Amino acid sequence: MSAAVRWISGQRESALGVVIILLLIVIGLRAPNYLAPANLLNVLINASFLMLLVLGQLIVLLTRGIDLSPASVLAFTGMFLAKLSHAVPETSALVYILLGLLMGTVLGALNGTLVAGAGIPPIIATLGTMTVYRGLIFLLSGGAWISEHEMSVPFKSFPTGVRVVLPNIVWVTIICAFAAWLFLRYTRAGRALYAVGGNPAAARLAGVSIKRAEFLAYCISGAIAGLCGYLWTARFAIAYTQAAEGREFAIIAACVIGGVTITGGKGTVAGVILGALFLSIIESSLPFVRVNPFLQMAISGFVILIAVAVNSRSERSTGRQILPPEAAPEPRETS
Amino acid sequence: MLLHASGISKRFGGVQALSNVSLTASVGEVMALIGENGAGKSTLVKILTGVYQADEGHIVLAGEPTNFTRPQDATAAGISAIHQEPTVFEDLSVAENIFVGMLPCGGRLGLIDWSEMRRRSRELLAEIGVDIDPATPMRHLGVAERHLLTIAKALSTNAQLFIFDEPTASLSHQEIHHLYGIIERLKRAGKAIVFISHKFDEIFAISDRYTVLRDGFHVEEGRIEETDEAALVRSMVGRTLEQIYPKAAVEIGEIVLEVSGFRHETEFDDISFDLRRGEILGFYGLIGAGRTELMEAIFGLTRPAAGRLLLKGHPLRNSDPADSMAAGLAYVPEDRQHHGAILAMSIRENVALPSLDKLSRGVFLNRAAETDLADRYQKRLTIKASDSEQLVAELSGGNQQKVVVAKWLASDPRIMILDEPTKGIDIGSKAEVHRVIGQLVKGGMSIILVSSELEEVLGIADRIVVMHRGRITGRFQREEATAEVVMSAAAGT
Repeated sequence: MSAAVRWISGQRESALGVVIILLLIVIGLRAPNYLAPANLLNVLINASFLMLLVLGQLIVLLTRGIDLSPASVLAFTGMFLAKLSHAVPETSALVYILLGLLMGTVLGALNGTLVAGAGIPPIIATLGTMTVYRGLIFLLSGGAWISEHEMSVPFKSFPTGVRVVLPNIVWVTIICAFAAWLFLRYTRAGRALYAVGGNPAAARLAGVSIKRAEFLAYCISGAIAGLCGYLWTARFAIAYTQAAEGREFAIIAACVIGGVTITGGKGTVAGVILGALFLSIIESSLPFVRVNPFLQMAISGFVILIAVAVNSRSERSTGRQILPPEAAPEPRETS
Repeated sequence: MLLHASGISKRFGGVQALSNVSLTASVGEVMALIGENGAGKSTLVKILTGVYQADEGHIVLAGEPTNFTRPQDATAAGISAIHQEPTVFEDLSVAENIFVGMLPCGGRLGLIDWSEMRRRSRELLAEIGVDIDPATPMRHLGVAERHLLTIAKALSTNAQLFIFDEPTASLSHQEIHHLYGIIERLKRAGKAIVFISHKFDEIFAISDRYTVLRDGFHVEEGRIEETDEAALVRSMVGRTLEQIYPKAAVEIGEIVLEVSGFRHETEFDDISFDLRRGEILGFYGLIGAGRTELMEAIFGLTRPAAGRLLLKGHPLRNSDPADSMAAGLAYVPEDRQHHGAILAMSIRENVALPSLDKLSRGVFLNRAAETDLADRYQKRLTIKASDSEQLVAELSGGNQQKVVVAKWLASDPRIMILDEPTKGIDIGSKAEVHRVIGQLVKGGMSIILVSSELEEVLGIADRIVVMHRGRITGRFQREEATAEVVMSAAAGT
């Protein structure tokens, strides 16, 4: 039986893959030009942001946390780097990437300090910083937009620049996903995230530091959001206060679709990448099949709810009580 | 006679919890129900209150044969139980807590009649002589007041029989006296009372009659003035130790752990003891004696207010379980369901978790070494699973417990603290656990065995430390420990 259970849970990713292919076929029947190679590449480029951001969110969700701030971190970092590009046009793309990672890490570390250090519930802590970071963008920009002509060429050209068949941004996504997979599967810190989320009390008894795991998770999530700050701003060649506003929902939803449990301790890189891809395809295809823009939002939301409902159903079957009644704890007196 | 339960038997799987037990309760009388942990008191109470159904036997209430299939039936028939830790709705008012489930409604719309609810709450509270504003949020009330409230709630359902299940466990001295006063009131008001307690001073203070249970059997009953403490202890403990507690002969070595002057703000005080190589040191006490809290402090889960820990003569500063583990300590917690296995992880990941320091190469995990370790312990403890990659969530309860024990054994500790290692497992598995403990000490490990089962402690411990209300009230060598002396030290008398 166990082999069957493992097979099914191992199938979650493949099932999602099959659903994605079916989805593409259905879309292709209604709107063949969606499947044109140029459009698919475009979809992949735009999906990269979500695929990157879910990696950070996955790591936070594993610890039973949640990070609502990545979209704000993205916008803040993007604005800062866009201004830098305007001021120092000759800066190379590598510097933007490193600075983006660094700024994101710092902002994420603040989240980590609030959650792991001050013990503020993650949803409140990151809801707070989400608002604070968003507000700081205004301080930085004075509310002004930075548009395409104000950005330097090296700044703008990196994400979509092609290197060995694929655009840079896709390579960045592949590298990050691979790094996240290695981290979660082969390092002690990665294992600690699963342990802390799976059962904090047991993890602590086994000598795993819960605070350290949590802090690290928010730092990583921030770093990825910072990296995306650069890539997003450069890709769309615009920096403004509301950039990526509201994407938090999509990020978390993609994780849940990919099989991550909000209650922690469960989730894979392959799952969240496919979840992000699935959601991106839905979002990007709706205009092609000429769905009313307002209906598009409703459909996206509906798909997410269905995915979450399916997910929580499949969760229910696992997680048995450690002492079933027939092990007879009941005739023993607890007093 | 208000209640006459007779011939009550109840079986859980392979365990006979109650065999032909009887209990009576009369109007205006307090019946003390006495017995060790596991004697069947709680099971009997649960049958009387409709939580469980008896396999055999009759319950006659006020001359009417009854057969409760649900707790609501018992409440409706006038039986009300007051438990050790009353469960309440913290954020609702006192009045709402009393009337929850039967909120007085009125008017054509059937809305809640708040003024009626407050008025009746005030009446009920006055009836038991307490002065609490019904509008007070429950959160602001102490444990004693919560008990009083439960009693008021019971009065509101017009209860005739009150069952107090160790109500004083978390009460202060003064609060206990207030409770006695209320029980007196209830007696005078013509209610019948069943009072469960381990504490002899209480039993003698308020009971009129007593019933003793042992191992699910009815041992004796009588009037309280016709017995004394020694006689009660004898009938509670009663039997000699059987061969389910095999004691391995092990050479006891040098002192490996010394605890001195351990003190905690609220849980324990003035704790000093030592532990020797190859020794099984039993810690006996009633629930709430502070044993688990002490062990958590020794393991570095909580910080004691004062005290020193010497490991092989060297001071151990462990502010974290990781330090303790590095020093060779392991702690198998009592609450294995919450503190034990990580269900969403495989057997391999669970078993390897405390040993990752030894198994990993720097920050990188060594899966082959983990598998090797997990396979060995899966075999050693005969954990039934397809292989060590199986998720712990998919295992049976007993095998999940084995995984918890396996992960601590695998960390190869020199000192192991076992908190209630056989709680809730059947006799066969118990003997298996005791056999493993014997093997461990033979291998030179030292074990602190926290247990609420007197026979277990008497059966396998080399020395016994007894705690009562956070203090050590007795120390016994194996030879001098008898059920009577250990039990009376635990009761603090």
